[in-house]
Amino acid sequence: MRNPLSQTIVNIKPSGIRKFFDLASERENIISLGVGEPDFETPWHIRDEGIYSLEKGKTFYTSNSGLIELREEICNYYRRRFNVSYDTRHETIITVGGSEAIDIALRAMLDPGDEVIIPQPCYVSYEPCTILAGGKPVIIELKNENDFRLTADELRGALSDKTKVLILPFPNNPTGAIMDADDLQAIAKICIEKDIFVLSDEIYAELTYSGDHVTIASIPGMKERTIVINGFSKAYAMTGWRLGYALGPEEIIAQMTKIHQFAIMCAPTTSQYAAVDAIKNGDEDVKKMRASYDQRRRFLMNAFREMNLPCFEPFGAFYVFPDIREFKMTSEEFAFALLDAQSVAVVPGTAFGDSGEGFLRISYAYSLEKLKMSMERIAVFIEELRARS
Amino acid sequence: MREEILNFIEKNSRVDLKEVAVCLGISEIDVANELAAMESEGIICGYHTLIDWDKVTQERIHALIEVRVTPQRGRGFDEVAERIYKYPEVQATYLISGGFDLLVFMEGKTLREISSFVYEKLSTMEFVMSTTTHFVLKKYKDHGIILNSKNEDERMIMTP
Repeated sequence: MRNPLSQTIVNIKPSGIRKFFDLASERENIISLGVGEPDFETPWHIRDEGIYSLEKGKTFYTSNSGLIELREEICNYYRRRFNVSYDTRHETIITVGGSEAIDIALRAMLDPGDEVIIPQPCYVSYEPCTILAGGKPVIIELKNENDFRLTADELRGALSDKTKVLILPFPNNPTGAIMDADDLQAIAKICIEKDIFVLSDEIYAELTYSGDHVTIASIPGMKERTIVINGFSKAYAMTGWRLGYALGPEEIIAQMTKIHQFAIMCAPTTSQYAAVDAIKNGDEDVKKMRASYDQRRRFLMNAFREMNLPCFEPFGAFYVFPDIREFKMTSEEFAFALLDAQSVAVVPGTAFGDSGEGFLRISYAYSLEKLKMSMERIAVFIEELRARS
Repeated sequence: MREEILNFIEKNSRVDLKEVAVCLGISEIDVANELAAMESEGIICGYHTLIDWDKVTQERIHALIEVRVTPQRGRGFDEVAERIYKYPEVQATYLISGGFDLLVFMEGKTLREISSFVYEKLSTMEFVMSTTTHFVLKKYKDHGIILNSKNEDERMIMTP
């Protein structure tokens, strides 16, 4: 029999997070700080709206691009929160989570050989999606000393004649880093000068703790070369509803819609009706959840200070990224040893790219109680490591 | 700062000064001072424990009593309410808009205890026109907390 598989697919590495959690899940009494989704349930008024839509028989497909009410609300939201205006009919598309939007945006923009600049550590999908779209990933290794922000010099160093797209994953998973208006200005200047497009993944835009998120699309000259990716999962605790969206130039959105209509048809209808309510009436919920994450973030930063474990202060998402290089172990060795000794599961930084070596991703989408318990255990573990050396 | 402290301790009154300070990003001394000030100003009126008495063998009976009253000239409802809420078995008393005037929350050990309070004490007061007593059959949610909820982490392991 012939080999039934595509070599391109076979060559893609499976996610590093998976490997670790398969191991962790085989054991009992583990405290996991590994999950990358909110610990809150979707606010009830949003769920109720989904139920109501089902009762009313809203069980059919929506248009390919998504419910027009929802797209209108999204445009209002981006204008209100982030100061960018989009045309409802031509510059928006509703997708199955932010992840689908990333995939179809890259497929719509890349030809074989086009280079995509990916700053790492970052979410694990950009690289495989680039490869699946025929593009070539070019990795920038972000640095702890820059608080894991992307600098203009780093970007310049990665450019070539083939560079087409820059992925801008801020607020960042796994580091929690953010980019402020000045940082973005420097990046925007290069993108305009070198005629590069930006895929700005803003899924954590509502979760920032030092002032509001700034989108690069709001910088003059950038809206026409930026695809903004966002969604409902993180801001409204709606991961299971699988609902995201992309905003951008009509030319690109039209081609994304083409792929979407053949591969997906439309995003789930129930989720879209619920999301209308989320984006219209969810500000108060977002505020409450943000305040709660911020308390946990401060708690963790303080716990690391008391352990003398270096960790730059992250102001976005719900992750901290402590530095464990003093222990002379790889991230993976450290994570396995911690799991063995104290039954606490954290994700090795290398799951998000080689530049995550020497770091751990700790999620604070967990109750303060759970965080307290696990920090006590990590403190004991670190003390033992230090005593041994 | 006050509102942040209040929001933080509203659902958890086991106040650990250091934890409040760390989580809110303010100093421990400030937290202590604010708490003391809010206690003396009567903003913080007590630190209570929410108990699901149904899970304890000792039985408790709760009732809501609607009371229609004739307000006293020159003294309004306040004095009428005072005569009622001074009884220790009355847990809460609200002045209500609508079909009746006062809503009285009562707790007792037996049905008899509550009913005797109603017909001996409450309905015999000269300004009480009528009462309607509702006994609580089951509590689903109290003080914003769903009783009997499982509180398990439903999140599954998935990647990325």
